[in-house]
Amino acid sequence: MAEARDYRAIGTRPVRPDGVDKVTGRANFGADMTLPNMIHGKVLRSPHAHARIKSIDASRALRLPGVYAVISGADFPSGAEGEISGEGGGTVSDLAKNIMARDKALYHGHAVAAVAAKTAFLAESALELIDVDYEVLPPVLDVDTAMADGAPLVDEHQRTGGGQGDAPSNIAAITKFERGDPEAGFAAADVVVEGAYRVPTAHQGYIEPHACTATLDEEGRATVWCCTQGHFDVRSMTAGVLGKSVGEIKVVPSEIGGGFGGKTVIYLEPLAVKLSELTGRPVKMVMSREEVFRATGPTSASHCRVKVGAKRDGTITAATAWLAYEAGAFPGAPVGPGCMSVFAPYDLDNFRIEGFDVLVNKPKAAAYRAPGAPQSLHAMESTIDELARKLGMDPIDLRLANCADEGTHAPYGPTFPAIGIKKCLEAAKVHPNYTTPKADGTGRGIAAGFWFNIGMQSSAEVRLSEDGTVTVMEGSPDIGGSRASMCLMAAETLGVPYNIVRAHVGDTESTGFCNVTGGSRTTFATGLAVVQACEDIIAECKQRAAMTWDIDADQVDWTDGEAVPKPGVNIDVAPLSLADIAGNAGRTGGPILGRASLNAQGAGASFSVNFADVTVDRETGKVDVLNFTAIQDAGTAIHPAYVEGQMQGGAVQGLGWALNEEYIYDDNGVMENAGFLDYRVPVASDMPMIDTQIIEVPNPSHPYGVRGVGETPIVAPLAVASNAVSDALGFRISDLPLSPPSVLAAIDGHDEA
Amino acid sequence: MSKVHVVTNVNGEPREMLCEPQQSLLEVLRDELGMTGTKEGCATGDCGACSVMLNGRLVCSCLTLGVEAEDADITTIEGIAEGSQLHPVQRKFLEHAALQCGICTPGFIVATKALLDRNPNPDETTIRYWLAGNLCRCTGYDKIIRAVQDAATELAHEA
Amino acid sequence: MEAYAYARPTTLDEAVSVLAAHAKKGRRTQILAGGTDVLVQMRSVDREPRMLVDVKHIADTNRLEIGSETVFIGAAIPSAILNENQELKALLPGLIEAADLIGSTQIQGRASIGGNLCNSSPAGDTIPAIIAASGVCVIAGSGGARRVACEDFVTGVGTNVLGADELLVGLEFPTPKGRTADGYLRFIPRTEMDIAVAGAGVALTLDDGGTCTAARVAIGAVAPTALLVPAAAEALIGTTVDDEALAAAGAACTAASSPITDKRGTIEYRQKVVAVLCRRAGANARDRALAR
Repeated sequence: MAEARDYRAIGTRPVRPDGVDKVTGRANFGADMTLPNMIHGKVLRSPHAHARIKSIDASRALRLPGVYAVISGADFPSGAEGEISGEGGGTVSDLAKNIMARDKALYHGHAVAAVAAKTAFLAESALELIDVDYEVLPPVLDVDTAMADGAPLVDEHQRTGGGQGDAPSNIAAITKFERGDPEAGFAAADVVVEGAYRVPTAHQGYIEPHACTATLDEEGRATVWCCTQGHFDVRSMTAGVLGKSVGEIKVVPSEIGGGFGGKTVIYLEPLAVKLSELTGRPVKMVMSREEVFRATGPTSASHCRVKVGAKRDGTITAATAWLAYEAGAFPGAPVGPGCMSVFAPYDLDNFRIEGFDVLVNKPKAAAYRAPGAPQSLHAMESTIDELARKLGMDPIDLRLANCADEGTHAPYGPTFPAIGIKKCLEAAKVHPNYTTPKADGTGRGIAAGFWFNIGMQSSAEVRLSEDGTVTVMEGSPDIGGSRASMCLMAAETLGVPYNIVRAHVGDTESTGFCNVTGGSRTTFATGLAVVQACEDIIAECKQRAAMTWDIDADQVDWTDGEAVPKPGVNIDVAPLSLADIAGNAGRTGGPILGRASLNAQGAGASFSVNFADVTVDRETGKVDVLNFTAIQDAGTAIHPAYVEGQMQGGAVQGLGWALNEEYIYDDNGVMENAGFLDYRVPVASDMPMIDTQIIEVPNPSHPYGVRGVGETPIVAPLAVASNAVSDALGFRISDLPLSPPSVLAAIDGHDEA
Repeated sequence: MSKVHVVTNVNGEPREMLCEPQQSLLEVLRDELGMTGTKEGCATGDCGACSVMLNGRLVCSCLTLGVEAEDADITTIEGIAEGSQLHPVQRKFLEHAALQCGICTPGFIVATKALLDRNPNPDETTIRYWLAGNLCRCTGYDKIIRAVQDAATELAHEA
Repeated sequence: MEAYAYARPTTLDEAVSVLAAHAKKGRRTQILAGGTDVLVQMRSVDREPRMLVDVKHIADTNRLEIGSETVFIGAAIPSAILNENQELKALLPGLIEAADLIGSTQIQGRASIGGNLCNSSPAGDTIPAIIAASGVCVIAGSGGARRVACEDFVTGVGTNVLGADELLVGLEFPTPKGRTADGYLRFIPRTEMDIAVAGAGVALTLDDGGTCTAARVAIGAVAPTALLVPAAAEALIGTTVDDEALAAAGAACTAASSPITDKRGTIEYRQKVVAVLCRRAGANARDRALAR
């Protein structure tokens, strides 16, 4: 059981090992790869949201000098099977059809064909010469329409739950959780609050577009360089789509320019391998920003209905949630985790949760930072805010009266071990930003956030060089400073200075299997593997010291990076440092390395409490965020600066989603804002400083108490924004985004009513 | 396609290159000169990842043609450090953990240096508006702003 | 496939003859100033090859002259240079505000108000400000030079009066005298980096008593082209530009507008906000004039 304690390395804020490369432009990202004789691939994408592909004629494109190959769905094996590992899930079959349309194009941007040509410009020109005969079909563009009787079917073969019996439906799956007697709970309530909340489609918005380069050797073995959150998963997905074995594919991860879940799946890699196979040359493919928006995974738009009943003292007696999420063109909306998250901050006896995974003619949803939780908790935390208003209670007090704690039977099943929601709420209550009254004319909003965090599989190898410096090899792509965290945990475990440890992210053939960097699992699970590999090193070093001193290994202690005889062992020797043992390794049995591989259990749930003050310009509807405070339980903050960075970045991403980000489609399902000009992520001048407070309730399942921290930060800001704007206006706006036209329309509607 | 012979100056070194007229300076830097430190995030001037200095002005290299670089002085991220000596802006970004994934970092550093060259003591609002054309999706900007403020302080002490 | 080409004339005559020669051959040409619109269009809207004529290396298009009677701003001068010119900023604060709103610092380093005008977007930020400030377009062409009032320059969405053998040399403004000042405001959802959802420029002259004797009000992003709104100006003339007069001017702007609903805003939203912007920009212009 980990407890808060004093550490030497953990909790410090050193410069990350990959830092210098990243501030000098030397670091190689996805699009930075070049190989001799390389050519370029580009993808033709459907201009229609829903259309049958009657024929594809590439002959004009192939006649263009410098065009080497054109591929389409017919070039890929049919009948690919199996499940995808990783955060997003889904089947290989759907993945294959998403990467390249077969008989139907299912969204504006769906890949229909791909070209390899001498230059990227030429490949783009060739796309215009591919003739596709489409039969345009009516699209279905939102959950409400898709769930209605008689809606056009995205997939004529889709049955709810995947069975064969019922009629085809756009509802791919229904999830249910229930406990106690919600109706009796509502009957016992003094106050019942109920509302419907819509959240728009939002994109992860990583700044680096997807990119990969593929080449094949003479034996047909492929090497793929790409920017990804998990190269082992790229390997298995690429193999699945192409009908190859994973042994035929090597994946080398580049540095990754942001992912937020969106780079846990693949789009280009099988196309590049196929084009390389056909042309015999290395093929590079880089998406444009427009392609990123039109064709890669956004997260689901949602329609959520939440109802909460409470006693006059604030005790919640019952709650229900009805959650409908857009999956995009293939099943797999994150509605399951949405259901599991919606009531997670609370200790409830009576509840019912229903979730619907709904097909629409939009890009297939991919994981996005705490997938599914921001939508459902926006609804719940807005409802709790309304309840606090009705009861005349401070919103923190209302949450404290109902919050989950150690021993609470979580709505999604398990019993919580030590968790931090209560401490976060207590910290918020006394935070100077909260005790300071809000300024006149402003609104204040508060909300809680939650994410499960996950464990999954990781491997690590720790190698001792002959001078005692330490190399950590692991397989989790470093999105935001994880190499530094690995080095800190290794330094802490080994008892050596941080600056003699270097962490490296190996390719699929130079390090052991690791699942994606996602689910806030890397510092927890890969960190656990690094700690265990270091413990392996320590055990070996103790052996070597024992051999040197001619005593038993169990008579040796490891203290402050040195082997020393255990107290009471009667021997007069100087301690042996890591460097001493490493330098002598050739004479004591050879090189020293430690390794660990595991499927990590016991990821610790992470809770947060966020609050902010806003102003609303009642003449234009514009919302300005004046301040924002993020409080979150990190378990233990290994590198506090990067923990704060996750909290700040998630806050701003959440605020962006709440205020201005949304996919805008015309009636035909054509995306109208596929660029950073009109998909409006926050810019520096939009935001205030983001104040942070890290709470540390150590996770009992990790030697240093680590919980994941990456995803929880995006969850609360949506409701924070809604609650603050509603406070400023004196009435609630339920739907997001709180963009100026929507807010002004709501003000005008309210004034008229 | 007839290529144009362009003579230019990149990070103080004379360079010659052959550009197609429609190629952006970003493409030329990355593909013809192999200088991949300058990044493409959007190619439409909306993200700032491709920021470089062109004759002393901060510009998006994606919205500049390679052929326009004729006789110009260009500074890219590769020219900010002096040899192995990091520029204070680079050092402060590292010390403040002002980068997570790092893809936007070259653009931010070039833009920040351009700001501090011009205005050694910018307030927070000035910094935020100057950098509004540089998108960062990871940090929420907080630590970037603090790094810029700290770099300004250090540069002021050096001066 | 035809190829892209690039020309870099160093005199107006050379520029005009390049344009004329290509126009005669029926080849497509496009004038390149800061390129912040042209390169985006080449990449994402219209990839068709063309001759790009770079007008940044011509003395006349870079001329910036502040005279007692007129101010001349060369068409290729980037906004950043205008914004750094304190004398210009003091004389035409509204115009410079508008120039300063075009995009990011990076865009400012390249984008010119001449280019903004020639791009002729309904939402071009500087166009209402140029119109309010009584700008005149100075045009060179193979038929000789000509001058066109700014409000007559743009003819539709993305179209203007320039012939295939013509280029915009610069913009000439009457030097504001006495208590004359301008103001420009636009609305965008974020604080930066967006295209105007609506914009309003107001230039006015006050007498010693603070009564408005002359005014020009122009609006943007609420019609196919930026519009001069004489009715809004009339609502201000003869008043002290008080709240009532500003409200009337705002209402006139709403009445003159014919916006569309698109990804940036609805008809109703634009109609409402253009009035708000007119009021606020008018108050700014008034306060500036009073301070002179």
